[in-house]
Amino acid sequence: MLQEFAYFALIAVTLILAFPFGWYLAKVFKGEPNLLTPLLRPIERRIYRVCGINENSEMTWKKYVATLVGFETLGVVFAFVILSLQGVLPLNPHGVSSFRWDWAVNSAISWVTNTNWIAYSGERDLSYLSQMLGVLVEDYVSPSVGFVAIVVLARSFSRKHCPTVGNFWVDFTRAILYVWIPLGLILVFPLISQGVVQNFDPYAVAHTLEGGVQLIPGGPAATVIIYQLICEDGANYFANAMAHPFENPTPFTNWFTMAYILFVPASIVVMIGKLAISRDTTKALFAVMLVLFILVMPLPFYAENQGNPLLEKLGVQGGVNMEGKEMRFSMFEHIMYIIVGMAPANGSTVSQHDSVMPLTILTIIFMIVIGAPIFGCIGEGPMALIHYFIVTMFIAGLMTGRTPELIGKKVELREIILAGASFLFSSFSSLMTTAIVIVSAAGMAALGNAGPHGLTEMLYAFTSASINNGSYMGGLNVNSYIINLMTPPCMILGRYSTLLVGIAIAGSMARKGHIPISAATLPVASPLFIMAVVFVVFVISALCFFPVATIGPILEHLLMASGRTF
Amino acid sequence: MNKNEIIREAKTCVLLFALVCLLSLAFPFFVTFVAENTMPYQAHGSLIYINGTLVGSELIGQNFSSPGYFHSRPSAVDYNGSNSGGSNLGPTSAKLMEEVRQRVEKVRQENNLSANATVPADLVLASGSGLDPDISPASALLQVQRVAKVRGLSESKVKTLVEERIEGLQFGLFGQERVNVLKLNIALDELARGSKR
Repeated sequence: MLQEFAYFALIAVTLILAFPFGWYLAKVFKGEPNLLTPLLRPIERRIYRVCGINENSEMTWKKYVATLVGFETLGVVFAFVILSLQGVLPLNPHGVSSFRWDWAVNSAISWVTNTNWIAYSGERDLSYLSQMLGVLVEDYVSPSVGFVAIVVLARSFSRKHCPTVGNFWVDFTRAILYVWIPLGLILVFPLISQGVVQNFDPYAVAHTLEGGVQLIPGGPAATVIIYQLICEDGANYFANAMAHPFENPTPFTNWFTMAYILFVPASIVVMIGKLAISRDTTKALFAVMLVLFILVMPLPFYAENQGNPLLEKLGVQGGVNMEGKEMRFSMFEHIMYIIVGMAPANGSTVSQHDSVMPLTILTIIFMIVIGAPIFGCIGEGPMALIHYFIVTMFIAGLMTGRTPELIGKKVELREIILAGASFLFSSFSSLMTTAIVIVSAAGMAALGNAGPHGLTEMLYAFTSASINNGSYMGGLNVNSYIINLMTPPCMILGRYSTLLVGIAIAGSMARKGHIPISAATLPVASPLFIMAVVFVVFVISALCFFPVATIGPILEHLLMASGRTF
Repeated sequence: MNKNEIIREAKTCVLLFALVCLLSLAFPFFVTFVAENTMPYQAHGSLIYINGTLVGSELIGQNFSSPGYFHSRPSAVDYNGSNSGGSNLGPTSAKLMEEVRQRVEKVRQENNLSANATVPADLVLASGSGLDPDISPASALLQVQRVAKVRGLSESKVKTLVEERIEGLQFGLFGQERVNVLKLNIALDELARGSKR
């Protein structure tokens, strides 16, 4: 009882602390003096001077997009080079070899798109240098790019007849300097104190009690994991993510890192309201997130606590589904981490998702397909939710005969088409690729399980890639040509269909004038609008996936109850 | 954008990226330096040495198969520390069910249980990391009879040993009751050595 209370209390406290931090974020991105200005402003100025950035010049949305895409491309090329050469580069104490080209392309694109699709085993396949210059760099660079995109969108609502949306370099530098560096420096030490490793030792050779030999992995794990948690990359320094005892060593870290996952996304919601000068927007975003958060909770609890009848028949006490779960965490803690880790597209896993119950997988896939708007991936999550707002305004406008408007701006054809297209793109990329790959021989050969569970594996993989979640069901052989080459287009389409659409909408919003609030305005913070958004989330995204879900997890659940195995 | 402008932006792009790379090297080295001087035990992997030999890590499980030791949970990667992983078999996998059937039988046989006795889930189902250092108190107590017999120790003594090593909830709040198998077996070795003297 106390444990459950502690978990929900932490979520509540995190959401409360998100308010002061969100206000701080708003000050940072408006360029106003804030708590850290005396300390960081001189460094910021120096960076601008060294890099030749004029902080007073602004960009149009087209230039902003071009700069962003150029910067991301450089990131992909750099990560590709590091991976392709890691065998000969320094800081490689356990002698890993370089990546095959398709593997390197996949990993590089997955890092830069903030998907962090881990087609490798961190401790087996990556050198310490790749962990720092490949994984760590993109762990905070890719969310910073998402961050500046949502900043641009939020800021555009407060602008009037303005041709520009902001300066990419300035926003980006501030995201790293004022957000990620201070947070990382503070939050990394609690992790280490609990047992997350942080060293540059070669792997230690232990002589076990029974006379065997065991390698104990090492590396700068804590500094990488901290950013994978707070930047929503999905902790994966070691292959088995938050199940690994060096990544999530104690029940305390399991509890405390939930706050790491939720803190920045929740603060961004507060920041949006401040930048858009609309407190109602923050209220509405929070309300929709909390409603969805509560809606997804019951099913995994029901499914996991019920146990597996097939195991019970074999003599396993209570049929408890301990496969792929760790002894140091209770069942409740496992389930909470499934929900909190997956809802914001973080993708940190404690339970092995290939071994959880079918209805739990159904919930996980649902959380991914709706675009992870529950607190959300840095940038993309709240942006997806704002796109939902625009579509909802349009539908509500059609029903009542009002001109749709959002946060004091008229919503017109261009915005509605862009927002609608962004959903179509990600549904298209996940469903079409699943269908294409599952009918190919190579796709079938990559599956780790048979029956409906196999279909679920494939659906999960391409949905996760398309929404930039990055987790997958581990049985799938992800280091095969077909998966390595089919997932990057999904990652690219999924990320940029959300981000670039958001910046394009920002471009047109900044150019528009404000319209005064009148009796015809549908207030976003009203319960009616919030319920309408939740409804639209279900209709637009969830229903697309319902047909395939019925022959995946739902069918598996029914067959499991009737005793079928595959 | 004209050509000069593009070149200028490209230059900014490369310079800023270089700064980011520098930061990504500096940050881990700085944190390692601080951790080295404040929490060296944790930073190096909570390693356990006996008489100067490294026997393992408190946090990483080991394989125990001889009857004179308490056994850990099944592992899909055979407790290979450099390649962690779970079985990734689904809840309707025939392969998983066959493996579990064999493990249940083995546990019943080794520990002298009746043919229809139920066994704790953690003792026959593989962990997510493949490196789970803990088992449930029930799984440890179930093995007391066997271990005591092989070691020639009294059952009550071994039982007390296990009970002393049951870790409660962390801060009375988090996790569940568990027993660290490596630490238990080290204590068992000490007990056996002590009783021989």
